[in-house]
Amino acid sequence: MKQSITLGKVTKFMGLGFLSTLKALFTGKLEKEDFIKFLRKIVVPLASILLFIGLWHLGAKTLYDREANFKIEKALEDQGPEAAEVMRACIASGDLSCQPNTLPAPAQVWESYKSLLRDHNIISADKAAFKEKTAALNAKRISEGRAPIVYTGRPSFIDQIVMSLKTVFAGFLLALVIAIPIGILIGLSPTLKSAFNWFIQIFKPVSPVVWYLLVFMIVKTVLIDSTEDSSFVISFISVGLCSMWATLVNTAMGVSSVDKDYINVAKVLKLGPFQKVFKVILPSSLPLIFTGLKITLSVAWMVLIAIELLAQSPGLGLFVWEEFQNGANDSNSKIIVAMFVIGIIGFLLDRLMLTIQNTVSFNKNEGL
Amino acid sequence: MSYLELNNIHKNYGQGDYETEVLSNINLSIEEGEFVAIVGFTGSGKTTLVNLINGLLEPTRGEVLFKGKPVFGTSHERGVIFQNYSLLPWLTVGQNVFMAVKEVFPKKSKKELNAIVEEYVEMVNLSHAINKRPKELSGGMRQRVAVARALAMKPEMIIMDEPLGALDALTRGNLQDEILNIWGKDKRTALLITNDVDEGLYMADRIIPLKPGPKATLGPEFKIDIERPRDKTELNDNPNFKKTRNAIIEYLMDIGNERKSEAQEAIVLPDVEPKAFVGRF
Repeated sequence: MKQSITLGKVTKFMGLGFLSTLKALFTGKLEKEDFIKFLRKIVVPLASILLFIGLWHLGAKTLYDREANFKIEKALEDQGPEAAEVMRACIASGDLSCQPNTLPAPAQVWESYKSLLRDHNIISADKAAFKEKTAALNAKRISEGRAPIVYTGRPSFIDQIVMSLKTVFAGFLLALVIAIPIGILIGLSPTLKSAFNWFIQIFKPVSPVVWYLLVFMIVKTVLIDSTEDSSFVISFISVGLCSMWATLVNTAMGVSSVDKDYINVAKVLKLGPFQKVFKVILPSSLPLIFTGLKITLSVAWMVLIAIELLAQSPGLGLFVWEEFQNGANDSNSKIIVAMFVIGIIGFLLDRLMLTIQNTVSFNKNEGL
Repeated sequence: MSYLELNNIHKNYGQGDYETEVLSNINLSIEEGEFVAIVGFTGSGKTTLVNLINGLLEPTRGEVLFKGKPVFGTSHERGVIFQNYSLLPWLTVGQNVFMAVKEVFPKKSKKELNAIVEEYVEMVNLSHAINKRPKELSGGMRQRVAVARALAMKPEMIIMDEPLGALDALTRGNLQDEILNIWGKDKRTALLITNDVDEGLYMADRIIPLKPGPKATLGPEFKIDIERPRDKTELNDNPNFKKTRNAIIEYLMDIGNERKSEAQEAIVLPDVEPKAFVGRF
């Protein structure tokens, strides 16, 4: 018997159960219990978000005032009362040249977000125009066997997000391809486990920065003839190596701690070794493997920023670093925008993994 | 020569100072087509005994002979119904049974295998749930799946380790009848491990009590001379049933009391006082 798939089931499956409560609100099908649920799942989170923004605003204002007072004070000390007056007027007028540089307020961050989007539209238009202009030339170059001319202008914020996502997925795939097979082997064989254990214990706690340097040393030499930009390769390999440990350890643990009852079933049925691994051991360790993969993906996303920054790979990490170095008036608020974007994408990636996990695994987890 | 023979079986767990003898000097022989029940208290080593017979464990000393040959490892000839169902939770009812059938009859086509699966799932009245996962089933239904899985392998001997222990009385009665039916149909050999004397009396030809462990050993056997098929309601008036039942329960009570008094004797503490502390404070 096929069960019907409803919006409620799908959203609950993805750990987004509050959406169906929201739907009930708009369709007017709200029961009394639903109302309590509505309060808890929608009103309370919204209230806490507003509270957060309010506190942020107040905090930012306090910091702004402190910074402004310090500036005026300093002008007074260094250049006398006239300069202090000028400075006070300048700050009050909102002139960009003399604004205190501190934690930006929520409104400023929102402005920067919009300006980043505008910037993206400008760059996209620019790119399209460039493509149109070079289309004929490129066709000719390709027919002559030469490389086409590519757009080399600066990437927009959205381009950088896409770049970061590419890097993190490449790194995640690398981690998956290395960690799962090794994890299974280690879990199955105590001999291999003691062969690999020192390796895992020593390299697991190594910091992302050091992994980056190691990968840099190797990749630099391997790609010594290539004129290609190796920053992408270096960053995705580093991300993969940093993040694979959770999957490796979890897979090994899942495989080695299969319920004894299942092993007994495999023995009584006299399953061959191959069958035993694929029909009993792997399915029963899937929940743990997925827990590992979920941790791996979130670690990958977390270390990505630091690694892109070091590798100068044009993603969000580089964006944050460049804005920090740039020191322009809206740099701070752009960094905060990046912070939120990083957080939200991290959350969405986690939900994505949860959805995949619920699809393939028998052990259905409730979304957190 | 008996069908199944256990000769001077000893089974120890642990090593060195922690070594304990769980089973001691077990001798048992079962004839072909017989239904034997072993009754014992919880923790008396029943599951260990079952695992020695089905080949999941090896005895420390002594030997298990099946059809005259020593048992090494498991075999499809001896089907096992586990105490805790042991169904694979990621497979449906049908897939759980199919996996077992496929291992036993590797040469049969998929269609033939499916026919066997359907036959046995039908037999335990679970055709409507064939596509469900164990999690969606009640305890009784899960145990029926385990029964279907063990029987679909068409073993020559069925070994049951408290198969109905976790079920309610009604389901239990139904399943007892189902198991008896199947056993009677092609006269297989059956060994039932249980903690329920009445269950043993209703189902078996012989009941053998297992004295509680450590160092558990088999007690004297009780023959049950009651015509088959047996009727549960009429059993209560059967003088033979009453006599055997009383004898077994008396025996079990006796060994229970014996054990208790032994335990009491063992825990008499020496009458000492911490002299060094007297008057210090």
